[in-house]
Parts: sequence; structure tokens; C-alpha cells
Amino acid sequence: MLEVRDLAKTFGGLKAIDGASLDVAEGSIVGLIGPNGAGKTTLFATIAGFHKPDGGRVRFQGQDITGLPPHLLCERGMVRTFQITQPFARLSVIENVMVGAYLRTADRAEAEARAADVARRVGLGDRLQAPAGDLTVAGRKRLELARALATTPKLLLLDEVMAGLNPTEITAIVDIVRAIRDSGVTILLIEHVMQAVMSLAEHVYVLNDGRIIADGAPQAIATLPNVVEAYLGRGAAARMGGAHA
Amino acid sequence: MAPRTKLWCAAGLLLAIIYPLLFGGPVLVTRSNYAINIAFLILFAAFLGQAWNIAGGFAGQTSFGHVVFFGTGAYVSTILHVTHGWNPWLAWPVAIAAGGLVGALIGVLSFRAGLRGSYFALITLAFAEVFRILANSIPQTRGGLGMLIKADQRPENFQFRDPLWFYYLALALCVVGLLVAWWLTRSRFGARLAAIRDNEDAAKALGIDVFREKVRVLALSGAMCAAGGTVYAQKYLFIDPSIAFGVDKSVEMLLVAMIGGAGTIFGPLIGAGVLHLVGELTRDLGNVIPGIKNAQPLALIVYGLILVAIVGYLPNGLTSLFRRRR
Ligand SMILES: Nc1ncnc2c1ncn2[C@@H]1O[C@H](COP(=O)(O)OP(=O)(O)O)[C@@H](O)[C@H]1O
Ligand SMILES: [Mg+2]
Repeated sequence: MLEVRDLAKTFGGLKAIDGASLDVAEGSIVGLIGPNGAGKTTLFATIAGFHKPDGGRVRFQGQDITGLPPHLLCERGMVRTFQITQPFARLSVIENVMVGAYLRTADRAEAEARAADVARRVGLGDRLQAPAGDLTVAGRKRLELARALATTPKLLLLDEVMAGLNPTEITAIVDIVRAIRDSGVTILLIEHVMQAVMSLAEHVYVLNDGRIIADGAPQAIATLPNVVEAYLGRGAAARMGGAHA
Repeated sequence: MAPRTKLWCAAGLLLAIIYPLLFGGPVLVTRSNYAINIAFLILFAAFLGQAWNIAGGFAGQTSFGHVVFFGTGAYVSTILHVTHGWNPWLAWPVAIAAGGLVGALIGVLSFRAGLRGSYFALITLAFAEVFRILANSIPQTRGGLGMLIKADQRPENFQFRDPLWFYYLALALCVVGLLVAWWLTRSRFGARLAAIRDNEDAAKALGIDVFREKVRVLALSGAMCAAGGTVYAQKYLFIDPSIAFGVDKSVEMLLVAMIGGAGTIFGPLIGAGVLHLVGELTRDLGNVIPGIKNAQPLALIVYGLILVAIVGYLPNGLTSLFRRRR
């Protein structure tokens, strides 16, 4: 469904993305992990059209979409959420979600019904009239999810929807994300919370310094020396290896 | 809309319609043109404020140069009428279209360049100044001399002997403005504008063509201002570059909307009412306080202080007194 090939993005002199490639198969949940500053968010933003890539190609559903603006990609069925939540602060929860729903219909009643339905699916059913600016962190993350979902995407790019949540909230979101996949939406998931990635993703890519340094099944990835090093620093793998042996 | 709100609207409209009868119509023997004219000024300012509010309030595209559309409307209809002999009623829609076109053009140029927030506000100010200087220098507008419309007070000539009819015209415009604003609170277009106002990146991510919607709203707002420009020219029968493109009118539009409540349906109407009433009351200050020879500076100071107080204590405008949120 999504093919990223040798994607590159440079900010000034900094190579934020340095030739990254990945594939997401239709109907799957794919994880993207990596230490802070690895370039995960930048990779998402570049795929989703928020940055013009300096090199490489992106194909979505068999078509070259490199450099297309975000609104056209959203129309084609690819939508991203924001790690730093971006609510429409002066609108209510339902109005926020309706903005997404309006992508597929101009009818107010239909948009409202669809938005209410989506909001319920992510557990915001009892907060529909609340001002978006008043939501807690967990609420805002759910709102990001609901708005994106309301555009009826085929591919959902989720940027750390679990960061900053407590374990109970994480479990709830994990269930919601799985339900979204089961409803037929493909998901590419950036996540810092390892436990969540492990339980959700079928395949995981590891990004470090703008490069994909490993990929595979989540359990296999977690023990790779270069992955452990990327997360914990040089020498960590050796120390851990010693401890495990 | 809540039934109570509907009732208030109906009552307000009815009052506005019979107002001239109460204060100077056929019922009373003595006509009060003062009462009619002040009401005209309030409604007219409310309409222009609403035009500003469509772009500046609902879509968050704050402009300091909205007079550019007003002046475009005034000059286009006046040139067509005076120079080319058009009937002003026919020139009016052309003027409105011209205002929309200038709005779209300024939108394309500034939004293509990625101008936002105060940069956008300043570029609109610059456009208005360019138009003023242009109107001052080209022969088609007769430069700084201004353009005089020959008095010929017949309704089919868009001139009325009785100020009553301009009052009703302003009332009609005001109602149209309120309907446009109301539509924005109910429609997809309005929802998209609110999204753009609150967060452009999120709006883009959710499939909104931010550039296109911003150009559209500026065209709409520009067309409305231009409609007002023609009415002004036909009422006062004279325009010149500083009347048509002067910065004070831009400021008035912005103030009217901000004081009443930017991004609300009734904000501009309330703002215009308060602004004019405060203006009228402070102007009479000299008569109230004895011993002051020149009351004008004092009146302006009091006027300014009241505005500062309103903006300072009610940053979301006077409508926030009535409703907690919108
Ligand atoms: N708009 C930007 N301009 C300049 N540098 C940026 C920008 N966005 C991200 N960066 C830099 O790119 C690198 C990758 O950042 P980011 O993609 O946010 O990483 P991650 O999401 O993996 O934590 C960081 O060094 C960050 O400072
Ligand atoms: Mg990030």
C-alpha cells in the first residue's frame, strides 16, 4: 500500500532523513521506532506532503505521490496525526471531528452523524460538546485520532498517540487502534512506548539518524545489538549481552 | 438557532423596520433626519464590519487594509456611472464583482507568498496604500480632485430624496451580512474557515485546501465591502482617494468587529452600535461639562479610553458578555 524509497530530507545542513526506505502492506499495522531526534516525525511529515523531499520517492496504492500537498494525499486516503496535538482549540470536540468528516460530504447533518460515530469509537462519546482546548492530554490524543479517522482514510499515520499517557489509557488506545485496523484501515505507527509497539505491530522499522537501521518482527528487533545501541548508547549491547549470556 | 434567539432576531428586525416611523416617519410631524442618519451610519458600519469579520473573524485572516475593497467598489461603480454613463444600479453588481476579484488577487499574491498573521495584515495595508496612490495619480479617477456624481434624486438613479431609503438599504445589506455569517456557522465552508483560523497545519492534514479556501473567503469579503463602497458613493455623491482608500475606514471595520466580537454573527452589529453611541456621547461632552472651550481632544481621549477598557476587559468582544462561548 505504501512504498518509501531512499527518501531524504535536509534542514539546513542537517540530514534529518537520510535515504530511508520502508513498505507497509495493506491491512497491516507497521511500527516505526527510534530514539528521540531520529527523524521519525520528519519522515511522517515528508511522506504526508508537509515537507518537500530532497530525494527519493513515495508510492501510495501503486501511484507516485512524491511531493503532493497534504490535502490531496488526505483526499486519496492517507492522513497523519500530530505528535504535538493540534486541536482546533476554539471549536468543540464534535466540531473538530466534523472538519474531518466534511472531507467526504458537504452535508452538515451527515458530517455530524459521522463525526459523532467516530468520536464514540475512540471513546470521546461523552465529551462531544466540550471545547477541544479543555481536553486532557489523553483526550487530545483521542481527538487527533478521531479527526483523522473521520476523513475515512485507507492509511493512517499515527505519531506517538500513546506518549504521555498512563498505562490504563495506553491499554485503551491499543484496543482502539487494533479495532481501527480490524475495520480495514492500514496503520503506520510511530511509538516510543515499546510495549504498545510489541503488542500491535506485525512488522517494525527502526530509524536512527535518519536511516533505517533494522526491520523485522518486533520480538526479533528488540534484541538486535545495533537497535539496543541506538536506544541506550554505545556499549550498551555488549553490556546487556553479557548480562543475558 | 435556539427559539429564543430567533425571537430576538425577529423582534430586532421588526424594530429596525418601524424605527423610522417612530423617530421621524410620517407618524411624527417633525422629521428627525438625525435619528435616521445615525441609524444609517450604525447599520452601514455594521455591514462593513461584518464584511471584515467574514475574513478577519471567521477565517482569522486579520487585515489592516480592507478599505481597498470598499474603495474599489466605490470607484468602479462611479467611473462606470459618471464616465461611461451606466445606470448605477447596473454598475453595482460590476463593482461587487470587482471587489471580489481584487480580494481573490490580493489573496493569491499574499497567500502564495505564505504571508500569515501580522505579515498578512501589513501587506493588506500596503495594498490599500498602493490603491490610494494609484487613485491619486491616474486620469480615470480624476486624481486627487475626486469624482462628483451629478445629483439627480430619482430611485431608478440610485439616489433618494429621502434618507429613509438609504437607511432601509443599509438595513438590507446588514441583514444579508448577518445571513452570510449565520451560514458560515452552519456550513462546510464555515467549518473549514474555523479550522484554518485555529490551526492551518491540522486543517491541511484533514484534507482542506487552505490556500483555496483563504482566497475564496477574501473574495467573498472583498465583494461585500465593494457593495458598501457603491452605496457610500451614491449616498454622498462624492469620492476621492482618501475617502475611498483611507486607512481610517480599514481601522473602523476592524474595530467594529473586534469590539463586538470577531468571529461572531452579531459582533459587528453590536460593535457598530456601541462605537457610534460612544462617539456621539463623547462628542457632546463639551456641552455637559461647563468651562471647557475646546471639548474635542477631551472627547477623543474619553472615546479612546472606553475602547481600551472594552478591548482590555473583553478581549473576545462585547458578545462574550452574553454568551460564554462560541
Ligand atoms: N522544521 C525543522 N527545521 C529544522 N530542523 C528540524 C525540523 N524538524 C525537525 N528537525 C530536526 O530533525 C531531527 C529529527 O527530528 P524529528 O523528526 O522530530 O525526530 P523524532 O520524531 O524521531 O523525535 C531533529 O534533529 C530535529 O531537531
Ligand atoms: Mg517525533
